[in-house]
Amino acid sequence: MSIFVNSDTRVLVQGMTGRAGTFYTDQAIRYGSTYVGGVRPGKGGRKHLDLPLFDTVAEAKDRTDANASLVIVPAHNAAAAMIEAIEAGIGTVVCVTERVPQHDMSRVKAALRGSETSLIGPNSQGILTPGQCKIGVMPTADVKPGNIGIASRSASLTSEILSQCGRAGLGTTTTVGVGGDNLHGVDFVDCLSRFKDDPETEAVVLIGEIGGRAEEDAADYLRSVDFGKPVVALVVGRHAPQGRRMGHAGTVSAFGGGSAAEKIDVLRKAGATVAENADRVVAALSGLRKAA
Amino acid sequence: MFLSEHQSKELLSQYDVPVPAGRLAKSSEDAERRCSEIPARKYVVKAQITAGGRGLAGGVKFAATPSAVADEAGRLLGSTLVTAQTGSAGELVSAVSVEEALTLEASYFIAFVLDTVSGAPMLLASSEGGVEFEQRTQMDPSTVKALPIASDTPEARSELESFLSGIGITADAPVGIVMAARKAFIENDMTLLEINPFARTDGGKWVAVDAKIALDGAALFRHPEFEALAEKQGLTQTELEAQKNDINLVRMDGTIGVVVNGAGLGLATNDMIFADGGKPANFMDIRTTATSLDIARGVTLLLEEPRAKVILLNVHGGGMTACDTVAEGISFAYSRSERKLPVVARLAGQNAEWGLRILKDRKIPVEIHDTMTDAIARAVEIAR
Repeated sequence: MSIFVNSDTRVLVQGMTGRAGTFYTDQAIRYGSTYVGGVRPGKGGRKHLDLPLFDTVAEAKDRTDANASLVIVPAHNAAAAMIEAIEAGIGTVVCVTERVPQHDMSRVKAALRGSETSLIGPNSQGILTPGQCKIGVMPTADVKPGNIGIASRSASLTSEILSQCGRAGLGTTTTVGVGGDNLHGVDFVDCLSRFKDDPETEAVVLIGEIGGRAEEDAADYLRSVDFGKPVVALVVGRHAPQGRRMGHAGTVSAFGGGSAAEKIDVLRKAGATVAENADRVVAALSGLRKAA
Repeated sequence: MFLSEHQSKELLSQYDVPVPAGRLAKSSEDAERRCSEIPARKYVVKAQITAGGRGLAGGVKFAATPSAVADEAGRLLGSTLVTAQTGSAGELVSAVSVEEALTLEASYFIAFVLDTVSGAPMLLASSEGGVEFEQRTQMDPSTVKALPIASDTPEARSELESFLSGIGITADAPVGIVMAARKAFIENDMTLLEINPFARTDGGKWVAVDAKIALDGAALFRHPEFEALAEKQGLTQTELEAQKNDINLVRMDGTIGVVVNGAGLGLATNDMIFADGGKPANFMDIRTTATSLDIARGVTLLLEEPRAKVILLNVHGGGMTACDTVAEGISFAYSRSERKLPVVARLAGQNAEWGLRILKDRKIPVEIHDTMTDAIARAVEIAR
């Protein structure tokens, strides 16, 4: 089992003909994922990487039975691409594009309301269910199927933790990069509630950082349910460079998230095991397993 | 990206949000001359700096006559203001705004941000406006109320009216002005619009007495009018140079030059350095699009940093930034620099072996460790 994507996932690529689109589509197909077509307005009817191209997501979905989409287009087109996929009823939309304007995401979030879509990203590393489906830019070399679910806000730390798990012989069910932007789709809570219901996931790793309220929300959620599985959390940024504070400190202190120390504290109080540093996540997981 | 107070208010007035009559001045003579263009009986002279906390730090002065305006402007211009937000270095005052001094009957705080849950523009408001807003809200954040406003409809307007009455604005609620501010917030891709104080004058008029605007740097492509502003964001020369090369570099005051790919890994590395008793000279994050030449320029900036005693290289190669690209960048920087600081490297992920071979072949004074823990401990030891 897994969350969001598995061997039945049929992926469309919005932006497949670009340099990055071509590179990551090719990698994912070689990995064994099922990619069924690409969307490129004006190039419908042609082929790229041996897959059919379509003018619109709706047409592509109709013809290929796609149920997921990778959005890998320039930032100024990303919102339109996400909204097109949402309106076409694609179940899982993964956007890896960086620097999507925040007000564009405001419109995307409005389109998500009441839709059937789970949006992962933007500025996401993507999602990986090892051996079944990869959407995005996550490395796969060290990743084996197993029983650990990972949700992460940081692409570089995901790569790091995945390879540490791999070296220790620990496999994963699904790894979700929720993305590094303020306004994004699925968050830690969505991932946690799906991991809770996934029988194969036996433990969850959350990779958090300063900024935003994702860790606080995750802690609230963990306190509100009988989660039933161990959670290991890593929160980085205890010694982040002091950001240039320019006038909005009042707003931030009233509505922003807490410091790394405060996030660690609330997660610990919610029952999570907090890894001491990025090199100690596997040790924290192994500690749990020995205790169990 | 932040706009100055003067720029912020100019932008708001284009949306019919009332602001005090005012002029920008860069000399005391200029300030005095500008008074004739401002219909006012009394004036206020405000230092134009980007940091907040200005009022409490003496950056806002009242003046009864144009010659008193000249005196106050003369004292502020060229001085360095140290506020609760500037850090000890303070911020140089290179311009002042001369405005009509208003008699305020009531001061409020209002702001727009994007609600991260719904994505809608969200109004924040408090009856506790004015210079001490920040201290008060830090003690008690619950004085700030929030209202997401997804659209400007008659229903939304009546909802806004009752929300405003909830913070004590009952008579003549400035619904139209708040909606105009919301429009300015959306159309200019602002990430923050803060009006504090948002005040009612003794004449019963609503005025944005001070305003602060942050723009979304990612949306600059549709606002060429703001592009010139993007140049001068109070960054140091080194940071600007790094930014041009796809590297996010922030100077810190320690002795370990840090080269890392990815913000999260960078934060994790800094945390571990501090935990071992060391101090980083910088925070660096190589973006995925950086080439080896970009990286070389970033490393050159570190080699030029006199405080740095060692370079810590902590890279997890993947996607489009493989370890060999980073190693090439380091080698290139070292080949052009007289100062060859020792390098402690931990390379993992894509092409790690290849990257390490490049460093050894090019005779970089490198020490290689398999884990972050070991590499960081060693770098801290060398820097001690």
